Amino acid sequence: MYPILTDDQLAIQQAARDFAMAEIEPGATARDQAHEFPGGIIRQLGEMGFMGMMVPEAYGGAGLDTISYALALEQIAYADASVAVSMSVNNSVACAPILAFGTEAQKQKYLVPLASGKEIGGFMLTEPDAGSDAAAIKTRATPVEGGWVLNGSKAWITNGGVGKYFVTMAVTDPAQGKRGISSFVLDAAQPGFRAGKPEDKMGLRSSNTVMVSLEDAFVPQDALLGRPGEGLKVAFGGLDGGRIGIAAQALGIGQRALDESVKYAKTRKTFGRIIGEHQAIQTYLAEMEARVQAARLLTFKAAAMKDAGRTCTVEAATAKLFATEMGSWICDRAVQVFGGYGYSREYVVERLYRDVRVTTIYEGTSEIQRMVIARELMK
Amino acid sequence: MKILVALKQVPDTETKVKVAPDGKSLDPTDVKWITGPYDEYALEEAIRIKEAGGAEVVALTVGDDRAKEVLRNALALGADSAVLLKGQPSDDPLAVAKMVASFLEGKGFDLVLLGNKGIGGDNAAVGPMLAEILGWGHANVVVKLEVKDGAFLADRETEGGLERVAGPLPAVVTAQKGLNEPRYASLKGIMAAKKKTIEELDGAGAPAVLSNAALALPPARPDGRKIEGDPATQARALLQLLKDEAKVF
Ligand SMILES: Cc1cc2nc3c(=O)[nH]c(=O)nc-3n(C[C@H](O)[C@H](O)[C@H](O)COP(=O)(O)OP(=O)(O)OC[C@H]3O[C@@H](n4cnc5c(N)ncnc54)[C@H](O)[C@@H]3O)c2cc1C
Repeated sequence: MYPILTDDQLAIQQAARDFAMAEIEPGATARDQAHEFPGGIIRQLGEMGFMGMMVPEAYGGAGLDTISYALALEQIAYADASVAVSMSVNNSVACAPILAFGTEAQKQKYLVPLASGKEIGGFMLTEPDAGSDAAAIKTRATPVEGGWVLNGSKAWITNGGVGKYFVTMAVTDPAQGKRGISSFVLDAAQPGFRAGKPEDKMGLRSSNTVMVSLEDAFVPQDALLGRPGEGLKVAFGGLDGGRIGIAAQALGIGQRALDESVKYAKTRKTFGRIIGEHQAIQTYLAEMEARVQAARLLTFKAAAMKDAGRTCTVEAATAKLFATEMGSWICDRAVQVFGGYGYSREYVVERLYRDVRVTTIYEGTSEIQRMVIARELMK
Repeated sequence: MKILVALKQVPDTETKVKVAPDGKSLDPTDVKWITGPYDEYALEEAIRIKEAGGAEVVALTVGDDRAKEVLRNALALGADSAVLLKGQPSDDPLAVAKMVASFLEGKGFDLVLLGNKGIGGDNAAVGPMLAEILGWGHANVVVKLEVKDGAFLADRETEGGLERVAGPLPAVVTAQKGLNEPRYASLKGIMAAKKKTIEELDGAGAPAVLSNAALALPPARPDGRKIEGDPATQARALLQLLKDEAKVF
């Protein structure tokens, strides 16, 4: 396998696979149908160290590298992408920015509980009228004695109804435009933080995604993350890691769809032979395999560059773009291989098809990834 | 408090068992090896005792290099050190018990925890034999354990009920399903375990008296039979078969 994985990385991958297949996979379909948040599983993942994988041990994390993180996330997504998104958000966009921009006191207060899995974290950038165009957010942070109060609406917040600490972007100085946005760590345990009902989503139905309305939600002075006006820097600082995470998630879903398709192609018979002996089905399976392999290489490459401390903006965006688009294509073909049964809730490919769809949308849509890549190329 | 957990490497319960060409041993190709599930309860109990009141937990297995995997896993879960008693994992439980007993000699252990049986062989013998050799008290098939002030109190499963056994330490206790819910190793534990060394000792000196003479799979189940016809005909045919062939009436 490329890059040649170390013994340590293989051990992490194995641990993730064992846990995923024994504890996560068996209930995934039932949770999807009941829209049940996998709270117990997230707690266990936290105890094992999967919620703060790249955070140093001194701050309650597992102190591992990005490749190990991608390997683990792929295995978790293989079993249940809804669990994977909670894990990804906590690692990539809650822990990572606090680790990168937080003061020592902030790390002790917020990072330790999030990385050790004692609390769940999240990230609040998107608003009803500001998604891809993050600089258009309207949530206001108004100075009050001892800190700020936040007012506004945040949309599509993963873990919004179950989390405690949220890295939150709000406007501190409207006159400064995008340089007037600042980042805070917001404690959800207060009356000013109102989580709405879980969104009625196409897929990832057991993940918790809610609208949050902030009504005089208080953040103390020492909860400002980074410098005033550098909110978008904090928000985008963790993007490379986040994109690698979502690429790994799509990879896990795609690999699962491929494996399910191969299994089915060996048993389903039409015209007197198993469908895997029909050339048309073979070309689908072969093409799925090729795309999975390519996506895996791109994901590992971006992760390896990040671990080496090198700039990986293009690599991470490429991995995210390709892995998520190929994941969606693979799941579409998997449904085709299953025929009518692929359209039934009884077969897992139906869930995979719904779950994978969002990966080309969140943490930067495919269109935004293409913009990022092209902008770098044109530099 | 010093606890020894003796673990056995066994074929995964999902392994498709095949008999080797010699007709008396397991064909090891395609076998996935795991820690005996009952041994996992034993290890978990030892770690809980350690967490509750402090104890040193030593994991031990009798086997070859392959069995180190079991010890690595035990270290990842929280064992303080691990010992590989090198020797063929024998078909003879007495030989294994003697090896473990001679390892224990003079080392001041207070408690030995093991699974009540290794799956596959299902002899359920090493624990009781070990206790006899050592002259220690012993409780087997234990579903609840308390260790305090140099004594133990163990609930064991008996036919249709529970029996509570009390005795002094040192003692041997074998674990049954229900004793606890074994944890998964943490990533930190897995990483730390890789840095620890496994002590390797020569486990020879206890020749096996028993050996397997033959190993056979249960006879293959005959194919099912489909009864044709409308429901009434099918019901009549089924009744007839239950009377004449299965002789249940
Ligand atoms: C399940 C789920 C979980 C989420 N979790 C979180 C979370 O935890 N925290 C958080 O802050 N957000 C979260 N989001 C929000 C997510 O990141 C946004 O949905 C995403 O960034 C897209 O924004 P939008 O939905 O407003 O789409 P829009 O920005 O309105 O885009 C609509 C379409 O226009 C395209 N487009 C936009 N601008 C351009 C351009 N300049 N050039 C070309 N095409 C363009 C887009 O690619 C897209 O196809 C989540 C979303 C979902 C669905």
